[in-house]
Amino acid sequence: MTSALTPFLAATIRTATPLALAALGEMLVERTGIINIGLEGAVLAGAFGALAGATAGGVAGGYAGAMLGGLVVGALFAWGVLILRADQIITGMALTLFSAGATGTLYRAWYGTSGAALHAPTSGPRSIPILTSIPVVGEALFHQPVITYFTYLLTPVLAWWMYRTHSGLALRAIGERPDAAEAAGIHVARTRAHAVLVGGLLGGLAGGTLVLAQAGTFVENMSAGRGFIALAIVVLGRWRPFGVALGALLFGAASALQYAFQAMGWNAPYQLFLAAPYLLTLAALAGAMGRTRAPAALGRPL
Amino acid sequence: MLRDSRALRVLIVAIGTIAALTSAIALLLLVGGYDVVRALDALWTGSVGSWYAVTSATLVRAIPLMLTGCAVAVAFRAGVFNIGAEGQLLAGGAAAAAIALAFPDTGRVTLLAALLAGILAGGAWAGIAALLRERFGVQEVISTIMLNFIALYGVSLLVRGMLQEPTHAYPQSSTIAEAVRLTRLPGAGRLHTGILIALAIALLMGWLFRNSAAGFRLMAVGESPAAAMSAGMIDVHRTRTMAFVTSGALAGLAGAIEVLGVTYALYEDLSPGYGYTAIAVALLAGLDPWRVMFTSLLFGALEAGAGAMQRDAGVPSTLVAMIEALLILGVVAAQAVRRRRTTHAHVDDAGLEPTT
Amino acid sequence: MRSGFRGRSSPHRPASDPARVTAPPLALALDGISKRFEAVNALHEVSLRVEAGTVHALLGENGAGKTTLMHVAFGMVSPDAGLVHVHGRRVELRSPADAIANGLGMVHQHFSLVPTMTVAENLALGGHGLLRAHTMTDTVRRIADQTGFALEPRALVEDLAVGAQQRVEIAKALARDAQILILDEPTAVLTPAEADDLLHWIRDFADAGNAVVLITHKLNEAMAFADHVTVLRQGHVVHDAPAAQASASELTSAMIGRNAQTRHPPTSPGAPPGETAFVARNVSVRDEQGVMRLHDASLVVREGEILGVAGVEASGQRELLRALAGRVQVATGTVTRPTRVGFVPEDRHRDAVLLDRSLTENVALREAGRRRGRMPWLALRERTERLMREFDVRAPATDAPMRSLSGGNQQKLVLGREIDPESGIAPATGSPEPVGLVVESPTRGLDVLATAEVHARLRAARDAGAAIVLYSSDLDEVLSLANRILVVHAGTVREVSMDRDAVGRAMIGA
Repeated sequence: MTSALTPFLAATIRTATPLALAALGEMLVERTGIINIGLEGAVLAGAFGALAGATAGGVAGGYAGAMLGGLVVGALFAWGVLILRADQIITGMALTLFSAGATGTLYRAWYGTSGAALHAPTSGPRSIPILTSIPVVGEALFHQPVITYFTYLLTPVLAWWMYRTHSGLALRAIGERPDAAEAAGIHVARTRAHAVLVGGLLGGLAGGTLVLAQAGTFVENMSAGRGFIALAIVVLGRWRPFGVALGALLFGAASALQYAFQAMGWNAPYQLFLAAPYLLTLAALAGAMGRTRAPAALGRPL
Repeated sequence: MLRDSRALRVLIVAIGTIAALTSAIALLLLVGGYDVVRALDALWTGSVGSWYAVTSATLVRAIPLMLTGCAVAVAFRAGVFNIGAEGQLLAGGAAAAAIALAFPDTGRVTLLAALLAGILAGGAWAGIAALLRERFGVQEVISTIMLNFIALYGVSLLVRGMLQEPTHAYPQSSTIAEAVRLTRLPGAGRLHTGILIALAIALLMGWLFRNSAAGFRLMAVGESPAAAMSAGMIDVHRTRTMAFVTSGALAGLAGAIEVLGVTYALYEDLSPGYGYTAIAVALLAGLDPWRVMFTSLLFGALEAGAGAMQRDAGVPSTLVAMIEALLILGVVAAQAVRRRRTTHAHVDDAGLEPTT
Repeated sequence: MRSGFRGRSSPHRPASDPARVTAPPLALALDGISKRFEAVNALHEVSLRVEAGTVHALLGENGAGKTTLMHVAFGMVSPDAGLVHVHGRRVELRSPADAIANGLGMVHQHFSLVPTMTVAENLALGGHGLLRAHTMTDTVRRIADQTGFALEPRALVEDLAVGAQQRVEIAKALARDAQILILDEPTAVLTPAEADDLLHWIRDFADAGNAVVLITHKLNEAMAFADHVTVLRQGHVVHDAPAAQASASELTSAMIGRNAQTRHPPTSPGAPPGETAFVARNVSVRDEQGVMRLHDASLVVREGEILGVAGVEASGQRELLRALAGRVQVATGTVTRPTRVGFVPEDRHRDAVLLDRSLTENVALREAGRRRGRMPWLALRERTERLMREFDVRAPATDAPMRSLSGGNQQKLVLGREIDPESGIAPATGSPEPVGLVVESPTRGLDVLATAEVHARLRAARDAGAAIVLYSSDLDEVLSLANRILVVHAGTVREVSMDRDAVGRAMIGA
């Protein structure tokens, strides 16, 4: 049984990494009272940015391109919602559609209309020497691409920042009572803009992970709803860093289960496994919603 | 006199929109290094350059856009962000195909039943999200998008399984018998009677919005659920659910009409994103079904032209998707700017603080 | 032993103490402040000079510009013209952060606290660097000692009573070492006893060498506790002198101008009340979070009378009113009410109107939930025109958006819509139906003219036979309009005699 567990855990972590990155970013945004439905667009833009960047400058260029792509979407969202004061949901939706159109157009224009698989340099897994010797989990947790280790570190860093610094306190206050935060001398609009940009950046990074650490190529619409799933994970994780990371792991596990089932010889139609993450999201949201309390100012007109 | 100036204003806005649109497309083409003239020419020819283009490319696409546009309009007006028109359309198409294939002998009756099945299936698919919203507080933006994916895989399963054509060679259903199809209008290429249904629905919906109590309640709930409940004694949950389900039903009808009037079979790529384009259609129409009749024509033309642009000038058809998204952003920005200008305090009594 | 306050600090020393030889620099000086909002002149070359060690009252009616002026002082609003000096130094205040850095602190009318955070966290808001638990607790203790307030660092703000929340609000300003404290209508939400404590504390705080600006519309407060009084009317300074030099009538006429009637003329008895219209028996009601707010309340309201409801904030009056109006389900007990009950809620923008829609659509909103079939727009437009005439609503046309009306006109239209017996669906029977009306803080934010008009309409409706339930946090308003008074305290109701002291005592449960 142990031998089956390790690949299962490894697959869990693999699937969870991009979800966690995107969800952690969105968590910061939602903690300031804003919902960014455009997260899906940021992930996709990041994926394409990774392809473009990698073609030019290897893996490092790829991640830089990914962050840039996500940042662009984040900046557009910030402009629309904070400066133009447009509706958050519609703006986010429009950005997701725009990102799909733009990445598709640029992909076909720069890399050909046939959609042939392009091979971007991928970052393979790197082992961490001593830690991989831990029985069962060692191989799974510490034989992963660098971006996964980054995600491991990001979670506690964000937790520390949110609950042990004044700026983290300010962030949390904005999502509850922005007027109170403003009256206390906190720069609400500026903090929100920063959060949206960071959220976009992390979303882009998630997209970059898909290309650089997993697929090795770009396919149109390859984000496949992961940005939306990340939105659900934020709720599941109760807008707390460790909760969000755990939620991402849960999704990773559910997705990895399909391999386990297939290995055990279950002959369910493959569409069921494809649909599983989306069904799971619905179930998770239905279960989580009643019992959690969102930041009070979430989604309210700015 | 007033009526003339209003019609004139509408005309100016329409021309302005099209001009802005064309400029935006030209700009993007220029930046992309494409042959602008050739691309725009292809866009024109492919959409309105010939009678065939008008009927069989533009109008044919305008039909599902009109219906899904109305679907989105109904939902958004009530404050329900139904992004699931795509999935509801697929559900409706699948249901219609199933009925049509099951009872090929009773011709017209089957056709009617298939259309009805599409309406019910679409309504039910939306109903799932409505239930999740009202009972569990799940945001419909996320749930409807999830359901879109699930519907896609559901159709995939059907066309490779239960509904697959007998030779099992292709992932699609058998072809629907001729007696069960929506007839084509004579002398109008591929244009079919579905256009009459779409127009009738849009006219009806627009009239209901303006003149019925239900339409008024829809608007009130969308504008301010608190005021609707407190001042209007309106059952907000029920109104929103009705809007949601109706929205799904209209999208389902769109899917049924596509299957029965255009594709004559069920397959995975039934909809090239009509459900998402519908959002742009509805927003540009200000959520008014009567204006949806026109914006759906515009977008039908755009999508028809996009295909020609790709074939003849090598411009990726995704460019049009970008334009559509930009249009949404433009509409939303314009609304926001307009809202800020009308906020002010009146002068004649000393209530001086701004009323927002 | 006063509620919430522990001991006193320095001995009282009035500003006219001969021991003070040289005039200290002005703590806060606002010179020639002007501000326009869109088409309206909110402030017109207003100057305010606040000396350290004094309490400076800023008097004026609702809408006079007092809050706007102090928002300028606190950096929340940037003036179109004028200068701000703090301790003799010119300052540019672009945000509350700048104001706080200059020693200003503000206690807002509706509090600027985060309810879901603790007292310590609220006091720590706006700081920099790392959050350390012991530093935060120390800060709370320091302020508690300095002010004499009872502050519990780990208490959640939302669990505190209103008076305690206000003390946290003040503590927040002091935690940032405010030497110039601005208080915006601080006694509005307090019981008479709590208000008294607060005003004495403010006096002590000023005597210790700090400057206080007290925004209020209550004359008696200003005259009893302030050293200097400035009166604003319609954005202009109309009176500016030491408190000792002005009389109540002078200040009143400065506040409201010579042509307006005086506030709150006494109640005319009207016709004797008729049939019972509202009957509540052992009613208990939960709030939106599911907490039981009203326990076992019983009351009767007859046609032709106004039942005044008084109570400290969050005593259960909100739930009582909504249960009577049929807007909320009762947990236990029964409510009998007229077939159609008009409801004028406190938060007009959120609960009563559709700001972006036309006046006609807003009038049509009444009872839209019960309507079937077509919308009779022609009849609705006529009704809107009639209501505008009868209730003197100033607006360009029936299709003007609600947002373009002033607060007073909006309220008058809402009142008209709810009072009008022809509103809603025509009854099946031919006989006249009793009119029920539930009104919550009807003149909040309205200037004195609009207030007088609203009062006149309420009296007229009562005289025409309506059964009215009225709540207002302004005790004088309730006393001037009501025939009987019901006090709500901690969820229980009790009828009390129409005597200010009796009501005040009942409000705090004495």
